Amino acid sequence: MNIMTEQKLEQAVGASMTAKTNEVIKMQGRKVGVFYGEKQALFDVELDIRQNQVTALIGPSGCGKSTFLRCLNRMNDTIDSARVTGKITLDGEDVYDPKIDVVELRARVGMVFQKPNPFPKSIYENVAYGPKIHGLARTKADLDAIVQSSLQKAALWNEVKDRVHEPGTGLSGGQQQRLCIARAIAVAPEVILMDEPCSALDPIATAKVEELIDELKQNYTIVIVTHSMQQAARVSQRTAMFHLGYLVEEGATDKMFTNPDDKRTQDYITGRFG
Amino acid sequence: MTAAVGTLPVAQAPARRDIGLKRRYAAETRFRWYGRVAISIGVIFLAVMLISIVSKGYTSFMQTSVLLPITFDAKVIDPQDKRATDPSVLIKANYPNLARDALAARLGISPDDKPQMAALKGFISDGVRTQLRDMVVADPSIIGTTRDVWVLASANIDSAYKGQIDLGVAETNRKVSDKQVGFMNKLRDEGVMAGKFNTGLFVNGASSRPETSGMGVAIIGSFYMMLIVLLLALPIGVAASIYLEEFAKKTRLTDIIEVNINNLAAVPSIVFGLLGLAVFINFLGLPRSAALVGGLVLTLMTLPTIIIATRAALAAVPPSIRSAALGLGASKTQAVFQHVLPLATPGILTGTIIGLARALGETAPLLLIGMVAFVADYPTTPLDPATALPVQIYMWANEAERAFVERMSGAIIILLVFLMVMNITAIVLRRRFERRW
Repeated sequence: MNIMTEQKLEQAVGASMTAKTNEVIKMQGRKVGVFYGEKQALFDVELDIRQNQVTALIGPSGCGKSTFLRCLNRMNDTIDSARVTGKITLDGEDVYDPKIDVVELRARVGMVFQKPNPFPKSIYENVAYGPKIHGLARTKADLDAIVQSSLQKAALWNEVKDRVHEPGTGLSGGQQQRLCIARAIAVAPEVILMDEPCSALDPIATAKVEELIDELKQNYTIVIVTHSMQQAARVSQRTAMFHLGYLVEEGATDKMFTNPDDKRTQDYITGRFG
Repeated sequence: MTAAVGTLPVAQAPARRDIGLKRRYAAETRFRWYGRVAISIGVIFLAVMLISIVSKGYTSFMQTSVLLPITFDAKVIDPQDKRATDPSVLIKANYPNLARDALAARLGISPDDKPQMAALKGFISDGVRTQLRDMVVADPSIIGTTRDVWVLASANIDSAYKGQIDLGVAETNRKVSDKQVGFMNKLRDEGVMAGKFNTGLFVNGASSRPETSGMGVAIIGSFYMMLIVLLLALPIGVAASIYLEEFAKKTRLTDIIEVNINNLAAVPSIVFGLLGLAVFINFLGLPRSAALVGGLVLTLMTLPTIIIATRAALAAVPPSIRSAALGLGASKTQAVFQHVLPLATPGILTGTIIGLARALGETAPLLLIGMVAFVADYPTTPLDPATALPVQIYMWANEAERAFVERMSGAIIILLVFLMVMNITAIVLRRRFERRW
């Protein structure tokens, strides 16, 4: 009961803030803990993800940022030994509630992975797969339109429009990653999770993906895990710093990179450890 | 922009250290030679085996035949002229006499010349009985006419014709007499005795006469069994593997099952034969010698092979493909059947074909369920008695006559060709469907 009222209060506050700052909380983590078998990987993380903003999760390797990200669309479910405690909400609904279907959740919270992982099928089939399984297109023309608009949103259409029926695995690394983003967009999700989407890309491809992320935040809420401070500073509005499984600090990116509250954040962003 | 190129002194090379290069290269050279020797030994054994089999067996694909002008004499076939009322007369008639008379006429021997006529005995295969009978039964109007017919020579004449009988041995110690050799040479010189392609080897059933025995029943039996193995082992094996690899939680129970499947793959095949005898024949009451039982036993034997290959193929599909599908909101089943399984297909097919090839060459379990039998008639269903290719080889190997040894080698060649075709198919399938990601 207590939690419920608190939540309603926050939503009310969020709604009242919308008028002024246009900020709404899309996803929320409360006391999130993750165990891999006996080992605890994440401790009591409390984090809000704001709608139509890019939230960057930073921190040294093994700090739990990817683990947290994977909780948001329950990808941790695929690991037998993983166990999640605490509460994660999407629009106020607990995503770990037994009433929530994980398939539907993942249709609303899409994911882009560290390494580009297109299906070994044509570009078209890669993008069309999500809409097909979710029944988003009634006709072939609908599907074609979804594929085209997704590829356009992912800034890939101009490069591949003449060869959409060629294998997606034949594209360059940067193009493959944008194809994966197009594939995620095609399902029309509300939130897109990105797990170090540029770590396998060269600087030019990275710049393109970053530009894309910046545009996508108009329509989607984005959570991005990154090892690159510059990337976090460039693309995100909010930054959360993780260390050893704890959320150290969370705040507006500008503030985090200029005047962080925590010394560990200060040390990490200036390159003193990590 | 401090100094122009080439104006700075060159660094001095330090004194050379002994880092054991000589020893390391020597070890490498030695190992290469070990490898070459090992491969040579393998290749030599393979070559010896193939040369010995092929050199003994290639002649079995030709069978010596004689062109005879056979007169379908009504006096011999139906001396009492009862065939209009009693059709069994045509079945019982003494057809070998027709062939013997035709041969005598061909060689210009008078029917009254008793010693010469005696030498003709055993020259023509007794298989003419069925060959001529089938001609007459199919078309009784040929009675009274003369037809040129290629008839098989007997096994001993066939061996002599192929030069497999040492004619330097004293006449009493060999199976063909000097007279018969004389007839043989005369017929060959006239061009009416020749080696014909031996279709009988592929279509005939079991026979006590080497020249008319063939692997037809064994080929059909093996075909039925492969079909049964494919229809049962592939779906069961793939379903079991998918469940174990993709759906089942890793618990102590799945560990035990995995260990047992691996053990099952190593169980001697004869044990599966005993199991089949106890369960399928004694308990379920299925018929002995039937291809169905053989197929079931081989299915049990092939299942672990297919399960292991399928699981390996599934495990080789990168996890990123599963994540990609799940991340898009595909259900577990959709991810497995639409993405993982298609990528694992080449591996599954390869494993299945190799499992089938192993089953095709399996003999021991079939001996126990009675598939080692004299079966002359084609099995029309998998419930009829049948034999199998390797069992046919085993049975021919047990025969004493020289002509059966030749046929055995021919059968081995045929079996090896089947196995080779299957393995090449496996390789081609793997190459064709292989994908990189």
